Amino acid sequence: MASLKNIRKRINSVKSTRQITKAMKMVAAAKLRRAQENVLAARPYAQKLTEVLQRLSGSGGQSDNPLLQKEKSERALLIVISSDRGLCGGFNANICKAAEGFIRENTSRYSEITVLTIGRKGHEYLRRRATIRKNYSNILSTLNYQEAALIGQELIEGYMADEYDEVFLLYNAFRSVMSQDITLKRLLPIEAPKGTEDEFLMEAIYEPSKEELLTELFPKHIEVQVFHAMLESVASEHGARMTAMDSASKNATEMIGKLTLQYNRARQAAITTELMEIISGAESIKA
Amino acid sequence: MAEKLQLELVTPYRKVLTEEVDMVTASGVLGEFTVLPGHAAFLTSLKIGELVYSKDGKINHLALNWGYFEVADDRITILVETAERADEIDLERARAALGRAEEALRKLSREDRDFIVYEAALQRALIRVQVASRAAR
Repeated sequence: MASLKNIRKRINSVKSTRQITKAMKMVAAAKLRRAQENVLAARPYAQKLTEVLQRLSGSGGQSDNPLLQKEKSERALLIVISSDRGLCGGFNANICKAAEGFIRENTSRYSEITVLTIGRKGHEYLRRRATIRKNYSNILSTLNYQEAALIGQELIEGYMADEYDEVFLLYNAFRSVMSQDITLKRLLPIEAPKGTEDEFLMEAIYEPSKEELLTELFPKHIEVQVFHAMLESVASEHGARMTAMDSASKNATEMIGKLTLQYNRARQAAITTELMEIISGAESIKA
Repeated sequence: MAEKLQLELVTPYRKVLTEEVDMVTASGVLGEFTVLPGHAAFLTSLKIGELVYSKDGKINHLALNWGYFEVADDRITILVETAERADEIDLERARAALGRAEEALRKLSREDRDFIVYEAALQRALIRVQVASRAAR
């Protein structure tokens, strides 16, 4: 039987925990809203870029750009986007497991698989389990396009320098606040967007030439995809954290209820024993 | 016929503009050009420069940073990395950036790796100052 004092202590500690989880939930909710807005705001740009790309490659002249195809596919690079901070449910664990799964499944296909991590948590987990090529930490909270563009450019440089032949992107796509989809995308070589052939074939004026435009556009395409994946991942992270903190607060409330009940029972029992002692004491005097 | 151009200006962060305009002028890689309603399909990449469009007789200026310009069917789509409206630009800051870039360029030689970086910074600052001072007038 726990003493009254001990129970009271525990109730207080659970209460303060609940306060923290509640606060974290509120913060995550606010951040989630902002992240969601960012994802939505970035969508038109990505869409338009894909449209332009489609129209360009659709109106003939698929250039033999090295970004589109490579003769061999021996070494792969896997980009894993996780979060910098914990306490967000299974968010990081899931993405890390998916990354491990990918590596396990594809060891026979590629002679070498290296990993590039974005986010501290993924790096900490995968550091001991895979070959890390590079790690980017603490860029997700203040995410901007320039940083994504930089990563994109580095990816292309490595690809062109023959350090790897294929690049995959693994991240949590944002579905709703409650659910995140782990998504695997191939970044490089670029799967040539399907030309929209049934549409009118635009005989447009191109400045500079179509090929030059395409060679400029493809790297942009990569940058935008990296940026978009990062945005989605951030939104998912906050969503996951919000859900996790919400259920933590609920559990804390339940716990407090149980403990209060226990406390009251213990108090009642103590009062009863005391009464019994007094009564029996009085009885013995009378007798 | 009072034809209009549908202008859409998009950056990775947001849609900056969606408007019906009469005329658009921008600086492409091969030089400045103007688009009026009924323009032939046209796609070009832009360099750091100024975008001017007129709407109902009013002329607006924006500073653009590297992107794409597409016209098709009187619809203009501009994809840029950054776009700043004239009234959003802090003239003082732009001037300071201009000074810094000039300073840095003076120290560097043409072969330096950073030369291109500062040259681009100089251009951006120049355009900003130009656009902002136009709005102030």
